[in-house]
Amino acid sequence: MNFWSVIYDLCQGFGVTLRLFGLTLLISIPLGLIFAFFSMSKFKPLSWLMKMVIWVIRGTHLLLQCVIVTFIPSVLLKIPNKDFAAMIGLNSISTLQFVFVLIAFSLNYACYFAVIFEGGIKNIPKGQYEAGQVLGLTKRQIFFHVVLMQVIRKIVAPISNEVITLVKDTALARALSVTEIILVAYEKVNKYAVLSPLLYAGVFYLAFSGLLTILFHFLEKKIGYYEVT
Amino acid sequence: MENKNYLQVSGLCKKFGNLEVLKGIDFSLGKGEILSIIGASGSGKTTLLRCLNFLEIADDGEIAIDGETIFDGSLYRAHKIKDTELREKRLHFGLVFQNFNLFPQYNVLQNVMLAPKLLKKGSTQELEEKAKSLINRVGLIDKLDNYPCQLSGGQQQRVSIARALALDPDILCFDEPTSALDPELTVEVLRVIKDLKQTGCTMVIVTHEMEFARNVSDRVIYMRDGLIEVEGTPEEVFDHSDNEHLHKFLNSGSI
Repeated sequence: MNFWSVIYDLCQGFGVTLRLFGLTLLISIPLGLIFAFFSMSKFKPLSWLMKMVIWVIRGTHLLLQCVIVTFIPSVLLKIPNKDFAAMIGLNSISTLQFVFVLIAFSLNYACYFAVIFEGGIKNIPKGQYEAGQVLGLTKRQIFFHVVLMQVIRKIVAPISNEVITLVKDTALARALSVTEIILVAYEKVNKYAVLSPLLYAGVFYLAFSGLLTILFHFLEKKIGYYEVT
Repeated sequence: MENKNYLQVSGLCKKFGNLEVLKGIDFSLGKGEILSIIGASGSGKTTLLRCLNFLEIADDGEIAIDGETIFDGSLYRAHKIKDTELREKRLHFGLVFQNFNLFPQYNVLQNVMLAPKLLKKGSTQELEEKAKSLINRVGLIDKLDNYPCQLSGGQQQRVSIARALALDPDILCFDEPTSALDPELTVEVLRVIKDLKQTGCTMVIVTHEMEFARNVSDRVIYMRDGLIEVEGTPEEVFDHSDNEHLHKFLNSGSI
């Protein structure tokens, strides 16, 4: 076993991991905010529907959700995944698998984020809204100029938890043959009959989540500028 | 020149579900005068103030400022007030809250300037000058860059008074402005309110500070069960009223 070639392949796998991680965050955070607004909507059917979706998604396993998404084209549209990939302009089935996983991950994390956002928004004292109202501000101005910053302050810590969990959740993508780092590591384990590649993969995760921890710590300090320390 | 009926409220009613909180409130107030509203908790004082500021919409009655009707219950029962209309009406009144409700993420200057800036009341420079002069008036010019959490309760309340004044309200309302403060901090807030009187600011104050109500008010209202039970000058209310409930209230240990 050549150490450096194993590390090189793991790096490639980690690249896929990072791509899934980054894209999931990019989609799920704004989507989560929309979900949160739906869930708090005064239009009851929408609010109920959203709460139900959140319940189902948070109440079932992410792996199952990935598998279900994969079966949607073939079951609902009666098109084999291979043809479906061609139809939507993807050049390979593996790219399609990645897209499926990304969809499942984004929906799943959007639901978790939605709950965090909703909690953060509801946590803002009513007096803050009223202070904005008596000063003649519009609802939009109150949200963006009064409430939002305080919400962000309140949710950095729970968001950082989810983000670090997401780093490790990406390993589930291997079930749909996405060649992220753990899948690559398993290939090496089987090929060379040693466990060390899995340990190396662990180091990648550890280093990355360490980086994120530092980043969030910094962010939290930055956003909490207006609090007594 | 003195306008004795600058603020005129008549027949104001408000229900929450089946609970009648205001059962027809009538009073008037002259320009530059201070009205104190006293009464036990649950008597409707705060609701009255919130109706004036349109944080609650009254079910019936009329509110007029300087002869201009700004709320007419009979019109609004039929259709809801539009949001833009509501915001315009609110600007006639300023409100200082019991627990200040300053915006924690903004410093003193930003707190005072935020609304005028968002409502485009002038150039940034003009607004900043005005904000600074207001902050100076409440004696906090050396705290411009401080955040609310770095200020004492009394200082926070003074900032919130400056913030309310920044929009030039016709009438400034106070909802128990000193209830959340220690006695030694109460004094500085009451001093600011007294100073405001010198500048001709018309004010409505819900308060538990009886000494203060007696000393600075031009008129005092004693509310009980959603109605005005006694109304008059401080002498009439505190010294010459023979209302049993008022006597009980004034002699109760709670104030």
